[in-house]
Amino acid sequence: MYVYHRCMASAAPAIPLRIDSAVKRFGDLTAVSGVSLDVRERACLGLLGPNGAGKSTLIRSIAGRVRLDSGSIRVFGQPAGSAAARAELGWVPQELALYPLLTCRENLEAFGRYQGLRGKALREGIAWCLEWAALADRAGATVKTLSGGMRRRLNMAAGLVHRPRLVLLDEPTVGVDPQSRNRIFEMVEELRSQGTTVIYTTHYMEEAERLCDTIAIVDHGNVIAQGTKEELVERSFGRHSDVLMHFASSVENAPAWAAAQGGTMQEGAEGVAHFAVAQPTDIARLLDAAGRDGLEVIDVVLRRPNLESVFLQLTGRDLRQ
Amino acid sequence: MVKMMAAIVLNGFRSLRRDRGALILSFVLPIAFFSIFAAIFGGMGGGTPRVTVLVVDEDGSAESERLVSALLQEPTLAASVRPETKKGEPVPPAYTAASAETAVKRGNAPAALIIPKGFGAHPVAFGPGGDRNPIRLLHDSSDPVAAQMVAGILQKVVMTSLPGAMAKVGMQYFERSSGGLTPEQRKSIESAMSRVPDGRNSTAPSGPRRDIGLVALDMRDVVGEKKQNSMIAFYAAGIGVMFLLFTASAAGGTLLDEAESGALDRILSARVSMTTLLAGKMAYSALLASAQLTLMFLWGALVFHLDLFTHLPGFIVMTAATAFAVASFGMLLASVSHTRAQQAAVSTLIILTMSALGGSMFPRFLMPEAMQKVGLLTFNAWAIDGYTKVFWRDEPVLHLAPQVAVLFGSGVVLFLIARRFARRWEYS
Repeated sequence: MYVYHRCMASAAPAIPLRIDSAVKRFGDLTAVSGVSLDVRERACLGLLGPNGAGKSTLIRSIAGRVRLDSGSIRVFGQPAGSAAARAELGWVPQELALYPLLTCRENLEAFGRYQGLRGKALREGIAWCLEWAALADRAGATVKTLSGGMRRRLNMAAGLVHRPRLVLLDEPTVGVDPQSRNRIFEMVEELRSQGTTVIYTTHYMEEAERLCDTIAIVDHGNVIAQGTKEELVERSFGRHSDVLMHFASSVENAPAWAAAQGGTMQEGAEGVAHFAVAQPTDIARLLDAAGRDGLEVIDVVLRRPNLESVFLQLTGRDLRQ
Repeated sequence: MVKMMAAIVLNGFRSLRRDRGALILSFVLPIAFFSIFAAIFGGMGGGTPRVTVLVVDEDGSAESERLVSALLQEPTLAASVRPETKKGEPVPPAYTAASAETAVKRGNAPAALIIPKGFGAHPVAFGPGGDRNPIRLLHDSSDPVAAQMVAGILQKVVMTSLPGAMAKVGMQYFERSSGGLTPEQRKSIESAMSRVPDGRNSTAPSGPRRDIGLVALDMRDVVGEKKQNSMIAFYAAGIGVMFLLFTASAAGGTLLDEAESGALDRILSARVSMTTLLAGKMAYSALLASAQLTLMFLWGALVFHLDLFTHLPGFIVMTAATAFAVASFGMLLASVSHTRAQQAAVSTLIILTMSALGGSMFPRFLMPEAMQKVGLLTFNAWAIDGYTKVFWRDEPVLHLAPQVAVLFGSGVVLFLIARRFARRWEYS
């Protein structure tokens, strides 16, 4: 495999990303509401949240494309949007931000030049990207002739041609098939193995669980929880398990009953209550209580808490809503 | 079936109502074009255009003075015997044959009438023949209508201003064809002739035939006489600029494509500033426009014998100025539009309007005066004027200063305005 030897900046004491009380409003809508976040070197931080949670605005703020109303963002100690910060940062937007009539190589060359690369550095950057994205054999193909998965990979590569130390991946697997998604996971893992710090936004829990060592759950423009998966589960559920109880549609007093039993109703999923139980046998207690109070239960699910459970617990909403 | 068709019709109108671009193209553009051509051909905004003609009286006879006076009063002509007096400056001298020819060559007027010495002796003749001194009509064949109009109007003016001369010549013809007059008849006629304002004795005309009108005319194309294909440069510039505007608009539109695809965000997140990006796009657009114009004029040279290679300096200067101006215009259109569809619709409307007013579709010199002035608000008019100076009038590059200044100046201004509007893309 081709190995690209990039020039590492002299030992920088600054951490890759520091966000301090970032606030961004669009009219009456507060997209980012006082977010503070530190990302250490070589970490992979997953920004997990539903559509409209503020993930993309936060990412665009880090990329210097959104001006904060208050607070600050620093990339390796430099203000976001400054030339020094841009040089350290690679941003892969959600959209396929490519030139459709140019070839893979020409696209990489264009974005490399926009990053100030010339000569050998540019050639090496392009070669590395083509190899990394497994597009070397399609280097001369125009974007419009590529498959969806290939376009996604090229979209990622175009953000990394200058070999940044901090990479922002904004939902890079949107609209790709499982096989291509797996290839993208491998690309991210390869990046991490080379020491790149990655921030990865997604609303797919399994992606965050596989790729990220730290997860920040974002909702309504806020980071409502942050830590490793285990820490988040521990904090939300302790050693409890997660029980989902589905009531018949005729049950009207389910919310009050669920609250009385220490549970919450799941937003957007009618008649679904969500409980944390210490023992699986506690399901029997809940079913007894429901029967006693005349609630018709049509389905019960016991599962080990995962990030989705944490998200439900913290926000009362499903991750994909 | 009818209900389904009604639903389809309803959907069509609902979609159209929300598509501003389609609305503009469907309703505003036809109205705009109708108005422009109605104004050009319908006489609105200044009435029928008067033909500018310079008049030089080398004869100084009573007949020539009467003719000059009648020409100056002729409502269908804008005749003048000397250049306009500028404010605070002395009255300039009257045109001479040489200065009038120079003025026609420079495009200050499409025609000049030179009344030669001896005109008063034999001003008119009926039909061919006569020893008349022909009036010289110097003209610029880039305006083919003006010379014909002046020639026709001159005959009419002679009829109304020199009735005595016409009567005398008529009597001479009569006398020759009838075998002579009796002394009584001659006395009676001379008595009547003395009461006609310009009546006096003159000899019967004889000599080579110069023309078949009342006054003999010697017409000479002083600008295009040595040119093989007179109007090719005009059409190359006119059509070229119109298509350049479309090209520049499309090139500028890539900004909107990139904004919609997210590529613009990505570019601006790299080390490219908005000013650099706009300047780069504009440079591309200007180079593309230059290539288009060059190809068009090369084609004109190869196929229509346009004399490109002896006019290269002027061509290069005008092409650079025109390409710069249309490129900045394309940037402005893109930066003020919110979507590609909107930009396409607005561009089509503006470009076709500018082309109609600016002379790309119909020569400006044939438009009413007011419309000609309105045309000066367009790039087309300045570019066509510049190319005409180069290829038609053979003027030196320095004479292109007004056109180059306007095109470059407006290009700079439009670019600055475009940069101002482009701020909306810089940051959310």
